[in-house]
Amino acid sequence: MLEAIGITDTDALFEEIPSHLRISGLDGIPQGMTEMEISRLMHQRAAQNNQAVCFLGAGAYEHHIPAAVWQLTTRGEFYTAYTPYQAEASQGTLQLTYEYQSMMTALTDMDVSNASLYDGASALAEAILMAVRGNRKSKSRKILIPRTVHPAYRKTADTIVSGQNIELVEVDYDRASGTVQLDAIEKAAGDDITAVVIQQPSFFGTLEDVDTITDWAHQNNALVISVTNPLSIAVLKPPGQWGDSGADIACGDGQPLGAPLSCGGPYYGFLCCTKALVRQMPGRIVGRTTDVDGKEGFVLTLQAREQHIRRSKATSNICTNQGLVITASTIHMAILGPRGLEHTAAACHANTRELVAQLSGIEGVSTAFSAPVFHESVLLLDRPADEVLDALAEQDILGGYDLAADYPELGHAMLVCATELRTEEEIVAYRTALQAILAVETRHQEIA
Amino acid sequence: MLIHEHSQPGRRGAPQAPVDKADLSDIPRHLLRQDRAGLPEVSELQAVRHYTRLSKKNFSIDTHFYPLGSCTMKYNPRACNTLAMLPGFLSRHPLTPDKYSQGFLVCMYELQSMLCEAMGMAAFSLAPMAGAQGEFSGIKMISAYHKANNDDARKEILVPDAAHGTNPATATMCGYTVREIPTLDNGDVDLDALRQATGPQTAGLMLTNPSTLGVFERHIESIAAIVHEAGGLLYYDGANLNAILGKIRPGDMGFDVIHTNLHKTFSTPHGGGGPGSGAVGVAERLKPFLPLPMVAENNGRYHCVAEQDAPHSIGYLSAFMGNAGVLLRAYIYMRMLGKAGMERVAEFATLNANYMMAVAKRRGFQLAIPERRASHEFIITLKKEASELHVTAMDFAKRLLDLGYHAPTTYFPLLVPECLLIEPTESEAKEALDGFMDALEQIREEAKTDPEMVTTAPHTLPVKRLDEVSAARNLDLAWKA
Amino acid sequence: MSEIPSELKYTKSHEWVRDENDGSVTVGITDHAQALLGDLVFVELPEIGTEMSAEDAACVVESVKAASDVYMPVSGEVIAVNEELADAPETINDSPYDDGWLIKIKLSNPDELSDLMDADSYEVEAAED
Repeated sequence: MLEAIGITDTDALFEEIPSHLRISGLDGIPQGMTEMEISRLMHQRAAQNNQAVCFLGAGAYEHHIPAAVWQLTTRGEFYTAYTPYQAEASQGTLQLTYEYQSMMTALTDMDVSNASLYDGASALAEAILMAVRGNRKSKSRKILIPRTVHPAYRKTADTIVSGQNIELVEVDYDRASGTVQLDAIEKAAGDDITAVVIQQPSFFGTLEDVDTITDWAHQNNALVISVTNPLSIAVLKPPGQWGDSGADIACGDGQPLGAPLSCGGPYYGFLCCTKALVRQMPGRIVGRTTDVDGKEGFVLTLQAREQHIRRSKATSNICTNQGLVITASTIHMAILGPRGLEHTAAACHANTRELVAQLSGIEGVSTAFSAPVFHESVLLLDRPADEVLDALAEQDILGGYDLAADYPELGHAMLVCATELRTEEEIVAYRTALQAILAVETRHQEIA
Repeated sequence: MLIHEHSQPGRRGAPQAPVDKADLSDIPRHLLRQDRAGLPEVSELQAVRHYTRLSKKNFSIDTHFYPLGSCTMKYNPRACNTLAMLPGFLSRHPLTPDKYSQGFLVCMYELQSMLCEAMGMAAFSLAPMAGAQGEFSGIKMISAYHKANNDDARKEILVPDAAHGTNPATATMCGYTVREIPTLDNGDVDLDALRQATGPQTAGLMLTNPSTLGVFERHIESIAAIVHEAGGLLYYDGANLNAILGKIRPGDMGFDVIHTNLHKTFSTPHGGGGPGSGAVGVAERLKPFLPLPMVAENNGRYHCVAEQDAPHSIGYLSAFMGNAGVLLRAYIYMRMLGKAGMERVAEFATLNANYMMAVAKRRGFQLAIPERRASHEFIITLKKEASELHVTAMDFAKRLLDLGYHAPTTYFPLLVPECLLIEPTESEAKEALDGFMDALEQIREEAKTDPEMVTTAPHTLPVKRLDEVSAARNLDLAWKA
Repeated sequence: MSEIPSELKYTKSHEWVRDENDGSVTVGITDHAQALLGDLVFVELPEIGTEMSAEDAACVVESVKAASDVYMPVSGEVIAVNEELADAPETINDSPYDDGWLIKIKLSNPDELSDLMDADSYEVEAAED
């Protein structure tokens, strides 16, 4: 090979690099490991992560995933394929993505879905950018975001949209119900609102009055952006059916549908919209068409909006989607089907109902809100939640999420969740452990 | 056939969900779904068969030589997948307290450190979930830096005209106007044009090195000096890191902020389009602005940096830990390669590219920049073949598919007409490279003797050429009952 | 060679302008432009009544490989848009100067017409592309 190039040493290949900038090697990198060695190391490290029973949700949920899902997803033909730019050589990925889009539109009852974005939080940011581009009737570029929207989603949205002259207006929730009320929305709105964000179920697990808020928004020329748990809408009213005309943009995180918890990712953000907004949609979209012989086939379409063509005028800078994860999610949805998803969602609701009943029966524990919930609930404690959660963790129970940092006004509060995986025994064990912990007199003063 | 077309009411993978549907009557009726979601109803076997068969319609690294320029389609070691999916990682909730997550956090910390070392940067954040998000973070940090210095006049970002589309799109997303700098025919950025374009309005310059033209930006030190003297910062697009790993480091070239594409250089799976990961690294002066989360170490214990300890951070880019599973795979890959392995990456990637380029030249193909060394990729222009034989780069690409090769990147960079951007990577054996060049030559011959074979290719794939115009005019984006 | 009708006026950004001699003009994109774009798949037109200045982006024409802005050649109010293009964007490819017209503008500053190029100047401009 060197002969073909006309050199005697590979060093000559790098002669164009300024020699005084060259490094002699990567001395700070440890020596390589054989597969056997790295396997040993990673097994050790995996074991160091505590294996606790999970009653923690807060945006990422532990669900059963059929064994076939990731077996198929990690087939080399899916795992090591690239973005389907050569459509004829990528009909597997393209058709699967079209099926994914079809399933998401059916689940959300919206017209169009894209091929996914990075995660739910960044999808919300993109939905906001989309609403600003798409709402011709509003000039304010103001977006109403209730505090019942996931705190991490609000922070991420802020990071991403703040450079583009968009104002995110916070709306407080009603302390008694744990939901956002119309009068608070009206008060925060002022003259001109571009969009309203509604999360259903809310971050607290409570169910918002989606119809009333949706209709109000449309009457006031604002677009509605929904953030939903995609498993929950197997049994809850989907965004496309909210109010008289449905949400305009629906987003959320697809993790509950076939993505393992995996330390926080990769998940995916789904994004759906009405037909009117399709050209404002960022990210990739697959369309069905025919080939020269009239045979059905699939291609990436509407690419003219994307970065590689539009460049500085693109709808977004987004390039990748979460291809591997939506592959898993599509197969997951196909295997479970609508009935499987309904049964799973209902079981989550029932288990959480049972969990809350058991735990709120303990002295020192009460439910925070009056509104109905889906599969999470906020519990108030007689002492700081972090103390309690620490003690539970020592007994291999991940009890929930401490709300002190994001919602200090709630006092000692934690968000608990029970999915379909939690058994009666596990719930009873949680109750027993919590009861014992709270029986010990607290060192802290009670909040008046 | 679509999965939906196999659907029959009542079918499902019965053992995969609870047998009964629990009572939902405590939820107000108007909040409940009254219809059934129009998802397909199939048996588990039908689903497994359907998706297995679909997978076989794909080209992939595992099945085909995939010399896509700028994408770095190297072998994805299977151990990375198996080990990243060990139960201890797979079932860990992202909000599990740090105390109980040491096994995961140490991997993240070591990944940050190894990236710093390999790139010559002071600190790294693993938060961005893709190259484009990495770019976004980088430009946002530049913006935060200037703001912190009360430098409000800097409204422009400079971008070479050969740049990847995400670069100008990112600058716009961060509120900047974009100014393009021309590239000379020899592949270098036009220094005079750059000098004229920089001034007190310059926030920074975005650069890929080696550039998208497949050659090293020889005047990088002058470029850095020009931009820094004007008070701007230098951003590095890490798409082509595979060409220089272990040879030179972006930090040493003068870059203030860089993003890496872990799914390119560090072999995390492309997965049919993602997930990627765009870990972002900075020089000392940008450290305060790094996005969260980041992992820190204290006396051998690891923790996520708290928000209050990073008051100047540009913020969060995701709800949790970015594409954590992807980060684990990159970590495992880097540990397997180690020092010696990583030093061999650029060596062999560059050797393979230069070898192919030499063969291409010998066989009469026109190189875009013949007088220069290739980096890890090089460009052939089929301008001559297009005008004389009336076959385009697109036709060549489609015919390559018939011959069992995934086509190289076509029509990028935009500067070179009818181009093929070819990146073999270090994973390939010489036979694969030779076979590909043979195929190219065969297609050129076919273009002379049987042009229709080429212009109507592909012939042997599940579909022939697809009607993209119709797809865009008559949008069919979802199956409806 | 692209068609460049001599009775029309032109801009550097490949719009053509027909003076209707009643205080309004009709605007479209040239044959050269439509050839560069390829088969058009979608056209985004402004709302009737919108007031814009010369060089403002008025429309977007989208093909499979590109999406381009169409700029106001002169300042004024949009008084008509070609509704047919919603269902048949390819009309622009087939008949860029007649059926493929995009918008009609009521001039707010008729003097701007003299800033436009004539057919010969545009021919030079298009050749340089």
